[in-house]
Amino acid sequence: MADIRNTFVGIKSPNPFWLASAPPTDKAYNVERAFKAGWGGVVWKTLGEEGPPVVNVNGPRYGAIWGADRRLLGLNNIELITDRDLQTNLREMKQVKMNWPDRALVASIMVPCEEESWKAILPLVEETGADGIELNFGCPHGMSERGMGSAVGQVPEYIEMVVRWCKQYTRMPVITKLTPNITDIRKPARAAKAGGTDAVSLINTINSITGVDLDSFAPQPTIDGKGSHGGYCGPAVKPIAMNMVAEIARDPETHGLPISGIGGITTWRDAAEFMALGAGNVQVCTAAMTYGFKIVQEMIAGLENWMDEKGHASLSDIIGRATPNVTDWQYLNLNYVAKAHIDQDACIKCGRCHIACEDTSHQAITSMVDGVRHFEVIEAECVGCNLCVNVCPVEGCITMEPLAAGVLDQRTGIPVSPVYANWTTHPNNPMAKVAAE
Amino acid sequence: MATGHFIEGIAGGRLSAEQYADNFSDLHPPLDHHEALVEADRCYFCYDAPCMNACPTSIDIPLFIRQIATGNPLGSAKTIFDQNILGGMCARVCPTETLCEEVCVREVAEGKPVQIGRLQRYATDVAMDEGKQFYKRAEPTGKTVAVVGAGPAGLAAAHRLARHGHDVTILEARPKAGGLNEYGIAAYKSVDDFAQAEVDYVTAIGGIDIQNGKALGRDFQLSDLIRNYDAVFLGLGLGGVNALRAEGEDTDGVANAVEFIAELRQASDLSSLPVGRRVVVIGGGMTAIDAAVQSKLLGAEEVTICYRRGQEHMNASGFEQDLAAANGVTIRHWLQPKRVIAENGKVSAIELEYTAMNGDKLAGTGEMLRLNADQVFKAIGQSFVPAHLNGSVASIELDGGRIRIDAEGRTSLAKVWAGGDCIFGGDDLTVSAVAQGRDAAESIHRALTSNGRA
Repeated sequence: MADIRNTFVGIKSPNPFWLASAPPTDKAYNVERAFKAGWGGVVWKTLGEEGPPVVNVNGPRYGAIWGADRRLLGLNNIELITDRDLQTNLREMKQVKMNWPDRALVASIMVPCEEESWKAILPLVEETGADGIELNFGCPHGMSERGMGSAVGQVPEYIEMVVRWCKQYTRMPVITKLTPNITDIRKPARAAKAGGTDAVSLINTINSITGVDLDSFAPQPTIDGKGSHGGYCGPAVKPIAMNMVAEIARDPETHGLPISGIGGITTWRDAAEFMALGAGNVQVCTAAMTYGFKIVQEMIAGLENWMDEKGHASLSDIIGRATPNVTDWQYLNLNYVAKAHIDQDACIKCGRCHIACEDTSHQAITSMVDGVRHFEVIEAECVGCNLCVNVCPVEGCITMEPLAAGVLDQRTGIPVSPVYANWTTHPNNPMAKVAAE
Repeated sequence: MATGHFIEGIAGGRLSAEQYADNFSDLHPPLDHHEALVEADRCYFCYDAPCMNACPTSIDIPLFIRQIATGNPLGSAKTIFDQNILGGMCARVCPTETLCEEVCVREVAEGKPVQIGRLQRYATDVAMDEGKQFYKRAEPTGKTVAVVGAGPAGLAAAHRLARHGHDVTILEARPKAGGLNEYGIAAYKSVDDFAQAEVDYVTAIGGIDIQNGKALGRDFQLSDLIRNYDAVFLGLGLGGVNALRAEGEDTDGVANAVEFIAELRQASDLSSLPVGRRVVVIGGGMTAIDAAVQSKLLGAEEVTICYRRGQEHMNASGFEQDLAAANGVTIRHWLQPKRVIAENGKVSAIELEYTAMNGDKLAGTGEMLRLNADQVFKAIGQSFVPAHLNGSVASIELDGGRIRIDAEGRTSLAKVWAGGDCIFGGDDLTVSAVAQGRDAAESIHRALTSNGRA
């Protein structure tokens, strides 16, 4: 049986599935339920400094978009950090950690960008026995208007400064949570590393408006006729998050920096993909908020089963395995040729591949052959773009088949070259010519 | 409660009032809003969709389903009505399992087609419940068209002609409009007097005058119509019922299934409608199934359909056969009626002969079977009665006993078009009759105007 025990910046948990800092981790009641369900760890919902508690809106905090059958694909929220008293949270964290010593308990923190504020809260958190802290530099709504959250995460110098304070004032491992609302995720990651962070976690949520009420012409979620951009999460953001994880994992300046992967993780497969791209563990929120804590059972069993099937003994066998395969476009092999192939036995003849190709791509799929409804790839037209695969409703019906070296590419009339050749050496690349001279 | 089942002979009141109401409630209850959205999400929006091509009226099914899914049921209804103004009834009575839903790619993939018929009902119900009319009449053309028969073909033709600005008079022999929608459909397929509601919805466009109680050959002649109108559309339906060709066919207790079905549809009190304790239905089509199932639902103890060929030859769809079986009807094959046996002047049994294929010809084997019965329904097909057409003008050419038409619906007589069950080459489906009426109307419109331009 595969061993899925996880150690992340020295923090041990029985599995790599943590609940992200968010509404499900706001209080002992929820966290106790999560641990009973089997979650490996939690990042407690973000603590603010002592004083009058944070105030939330009293109307809708969440908006969503849905796929077929109203499956929730994306969720956004305008909830702020915990609106409970700091001492209450600290007391509960301490109790929960005592109750569940084998689980990871990390405190998320967001206080003003002043040294004194961080210096004041860190000992209080440390006293709870928490395993580490996560710096919330990500929340894109509300707190950012007060100079916290993503307002910090968008300025690498601030990140470095605050991380440095934290490393100075606590012995706990520091995880720096990054905002995706930035053009180049590598910059804040490098800054966090420069400040001495033990790890980064990403992504936090993305600025978003999930909908517009077409009767009141108000953005959703709507509070008394008005709306504000909220933080977007859930399955829809997973591709964005994975790219950002990979960017940090493969950046020579941050390579090797532990990453806690966050963003739309819903199944064991999503988690495995994040870890393959370089995440040392993963954090989950929307999936739990959609289906409840029980989903972790599927995640644990699914990950173990896959690892057993593939012969991966422990998480270290899979973490970062895909990272070397993430590269720049210019290094992709231009001599690689693939053609779509439609399995006629699996085809249900919906024709979506045909119309997608016919209307919007390369006119490379038939709709009628000898007067019979029949969908087949015209190899002489197929550029191997994969659109047909993506629109086909039957999994595995259309596949991309690489042409072996030496085989004639009917589209170009040229046999497939066995040699790897990319844009940097391509004759059409003016820069390549310069380099050659 | 079951005592009523066992009353000998043909009797009413076999069931309690609740049982009658329950038995004749909607066969396929309407989808509610949530169900419609869930079902609509299943549609793949196929290219050149097989369902659309299987529909005799070529409704753009993927488009109307997408309109339901995107919260536009009225737009969806218009997509349906553009092709089929009787889309509401077709949603209820179409044998979708042999048309659109049979070729749905999800039927191919999973054996579970998108429920196109029920989605069509959902959309058309929304529009009809709101009384939403999508079409305005064109400027009056001053042309008049007579439509004979207010069935699906006639109504579809009338609506399309009225839309084009022509004035339409429908002459209908029966007291109510609707044709087989009103008189020929099993009651549980069209509840709440839907057929009349649909007639009202169709005629609300204006310019359509329905005259009931006017029968061709009795109250008016074809020559009158040709003389008095600019064009004539014949949507006559089938007036005759094929004979059993069995001894004793005239015995009391032997009845036409179509008349039984009509009587049932018109009955205000189902308990007053008598049915046999043991009923035998002869035939293998939809009419046989409708008569058999409704006999059972009226409280007959034992109902048997006897069909002279095999199960694979039955005109009734697999779904209809299953429906009969589920209602406790026994379907027996390879049996043809030979003799109706009477006792005290009433049917007491029917004698049937087993059949087999002798080469490519069906023949009796000589082996006999006797089934006790106090009611026998004939459902072995209907025939066109051409006599009413003739006499006043030159004969209309027939083919296979029905009216011959060309690709546009024109008969051999100038100014006369035809459609629906009375024409040769049809498939006796409501939806096909609608298509024929609609297309003939377009042909009439082209003929009455300068190629479609008023």
